[in-house]
Parts: sequence; C-alpha cells; structure tokens
Amino acid sequence: SASASPCSVLHAAPVPQTCSHPSAPKAGDQEKGLSALEGVGFRVGQGLSERLTKEMPSFKDELDVVKFLCKDLWINVFKKQVDNLRTNHQGTYMLQDNQFLPLSQLSNGKQYLEEAPKFLAFTCGLVKGALSNLGFDSTVTAEVTAMPSSKFQVVIQKS
Amino acid sequence: MHLMSSELFTLTYGALVTQLCKDYENDEDVNKQLDKMGYNIGVRLIEDFLARSNVGRCHDFRETADVIAKVAFKMYLGITPSITNWSPAGDEFSLILENNPLVDFVELPDNHSSLIYSNLLCGVLRGALEMVQMAVDVKFVQDTLKGDGVTEIRMKFVKRIEDNLPAGEE
Repeated sequence: SASASPCSVLHAAPVPQTCSHPSAPKAGDQEKGLSALEGVGFRVGQGLSERLTKEMPSFKDELDVVKFLCKDLWINVFKKQVDNLRTNHQGTYMLQDNQFLPLSQLSNGKQYLEEAPKFLAFTCGLVKGALSNLGFDSTVTAEVTAMPSSKFQVVIQKS
Repeated sequence: MHLMSSELFTLTYGALVTQLCKDYENDEDVNKQLDKMGYNIGVRLIEDFLARSNVGRCHDFRETADVIAKVAFKMYLGITPSITNWSPAGDEFSLILENNPLVDFVELPDNHSSLIYSNLLCGVLRGALEMVQMAVDVKFVQDTLKGDGVTEIRMKFVKRIEDNLPAGEE
C-alpha cells in the first residue's frame, strides 16, 4: 500500500509558492501561502470528518465531538492521539500533542522556522474543517512552546 | 476508524488542487504550480527513495524506466504502471497507469477542462531524476479523468546533467 502521506506532500509545499502573485509584497506572500495551506487543511478536515463519522452514531454533545477530533481524527493524520485535552466547559478547548508528528521530523532550528508554520496552519485548518463538517464554527490557533510539542486552542462559536 | 493511508493521500491531494484552483485564475497556472510543487517534492524524495530501495546506479534509460515503474511507483503510490511505446532511439517511453490513486472519486468540473489534475507527478519525476543527473521531459498524454481509457505518462530523456555532483560525493 502507499507510503505517501499528507505530511510528505506538505513538507515539500514551499510557503510563498503555494499562492504567489507577482504584485504582492513578500510578507503578503507568506501570509497568503499560509492561508492557502489552512484552506487545504480545512478541506481535508471536512472530508476526513465526513468519512470517519459515516458509520458512527451521532455525538451526544460538543465535548464528544472534540474528543473525536483528539482521538480518531488525530490518529488518522498524526498516527497518535492528542495527549492532553482541557476545557473551560464554555466552548474553549486546549489540545496538546507532546510529540506532534510534523515537528518531530524537523531536525534543526532553521528548518523548524521555515517548516513549522506550514504544518501548524494546515492543522488549524484541519480542525476547523472537521468541526465545520459537524456543524460547528470555530477559531483555531496554534502554539509551539517546546519542540516537538504543539498546542491548539479551539474556540467554538456559540450558535 | 482508520482510513487507508492512500485514501488520506487522495483526500489531501484533492484539497491541494481545489485550493490552487481557487487561488489561481486559470488552469494553466494551476498546472504550473503543481509541476513546481512536484519538482520540489522530487528533489527531496529521491534521497528517501535511494535510501529505502537500495537500487544501484542505472546504466541506461531502460533500467531507469524499470526502477521508476516497479520500485518507485510501487513504494509511494502502491501501483505498478506498465512500460510501453519505446521510441526507436530508446530515449522515450510511456508509463500506463490502469488506475491512478490520486483520482479516486475525483471528477473534473466542466470549467476545468485544461487542468492536468495529476501534474504533480510530472514535477516529482522531473525533480527526482534531475538529482541523479538526468534531464527529462514528463507529461500526461492520456488521462482517465478526461475520458481516456487509461492514464498515460510520456517520459523523454533530454540529456545527462554533468555540472552538479550530488551532495557529499567527491
């Protein structure tokens, strides 16, 4: 079976070239590129969430949905579950992955600076897309405090 | 529940193409971006390939063709294309893919008739071979997405690249 993975595709996606317009300034290119990667992640999240939940009974509440992200979604993309989930029970969730797969494959400081934003942008989109497919609007931000650990803050909008 | 890794790859690739179609005005520009991205993947992938496959140096283009079809495609996409239509000079051949994992469940919308959906593959092959001193032209000549019976990739040897030594070689 195939060994090509989304991570290997993304690894080679150069950020400025994902979406570069000749007229845009350099900083703008970077932003556009990352936003494009988030867009890719969003669609993957939608599609993945659709496929994975097809055979499942409906979720009983919002927390159940987030647990699905931490478990089934994460395993399918990152080969492991989220390590730590915290919530204020008012729509904000913190997902922590202590061995975040894309980061654990980056070797040195320079590579990290160039590559990490791409994977974080993709993953924020992934989570948003999965939630969107399940009927939730959200904002997702990512933070790396200590390699290779990553934290994702998810705020689900009140409907 | 687990998706097969190939399903996830197909999903990601589709998301990538869809995003590019959104960001670029016309199919030609998307095709170029896919080729460019593929090239960037190829120049890095070759190292992974050589390390995992243990194939030795190819002595001619026929050996190269065999390695591409039977080892590389198998390793990364889980398929083994057949090799056909050799030119008399032995510098051109076709890879016939009876099924293309990138296009599972994909349909091209009507307004994207010039899109070469799997063009990333052409860039990958071009980039990877450049790192082993071969300049090649790679293009799709048949595509099941466009109604053809098979998917056919045509590869042409252009020239040997003498200038660059691979990193680490004395």
